[in-house]
Amino acid sequence: MVGLNHYLVLSGVLFSIGTAGVFVRRNLITILLSIEIMLNAVNLTFVAFGRALGSADGQIMVFFVMTVAAAEAAVGLAIVISLFRHKESLNPDSFTGLRW
Amino acid sequence: MNALLFYGFGATAVLASLLVIAQKNPIYSVLLLIASFGALSGLYVLLEAPFVAVIQIIVYAGAIMVLFLFVVMLLNAPHEDTEYDERVHPLLRPGPMRFGAALAIAFGIELVWALNRNGGEAGPFAGGAVSSVAAIGRSLFGPYAFPFEVTSVLILVAMIGAVVLARKEEP
Repeated sequence: MVGLNHYLVLSGVLFSIGTAGVFVRRNLITILLSIEIMLNAVNLTFVAFGRALGSADGQIMVFFVMTVAAAEAAVGLAIVISLFRHKESLNPDSFTGLRW
Repeated sequence: MNALLFYGFGATAVLASLLVIAQKNPIYSVLLLIASFGALSGLYVLLEAPFVAVIQIIVYAGAIMVLFLFVVMLLNAPHEDTEYDERVHPLLRPGPMRFGAALAIAFGIELVWALNRNGGEAGPFAGGAVSSVAAIGRSLFGPYAFPFEVTSVLILVAMIGAVVLARKEEP
């Protein structure tokens, strides 16, 4: 029978896939996509706990997380576009303007 | 039946997410992430949260991912440019990336171990799920009214920030 723990383990696996994506990839767009994977893993945790506790609060938290994800995607992609205009590259290793 | 659907959707989500970080071309990554979000939406239906399932499809797969796809096509930079050989797959490159991937895998194992340490909450869910949209709306505009209004300010700030950041600089 599928219970809370199954959902938590699935969400943990998805979260570590997202973490691995942030570490491994050298492409700003893919790194932003990995962050979206992590946010969705957290959303799954919220909904699973809300279901287990019989409360609507988990689903409302998901609503807020989605709003923040939309804001993050808009600002992040705007930053990616302006960085690409400067360096013609999406590799984060090539942006060293703030390195001391 | 429920267990079968859970494992099906879960396997789809994990597989699609793994392929997202394994693709060389970001367009395929975005499309696979939409598939992963579809599977997650199925999981939300299994958790008796139809409202979240629907906004997952409409807002995430429909709006945010289209934004990503739009930027990928706008920038037209399909390949990663690194100091490594182009023919080597991105997941097989040496150095700090491999260390980071090992850390991420260790993190995943640790999470799964911590969740299963005490046998976990393996039983089926108790009854009494809140799945009515009316109840969610009443809660959103009742006890959560202030965070909801603050969210609109956040969206406004993000919109202005995106416009300012992506603007072409005047010569």
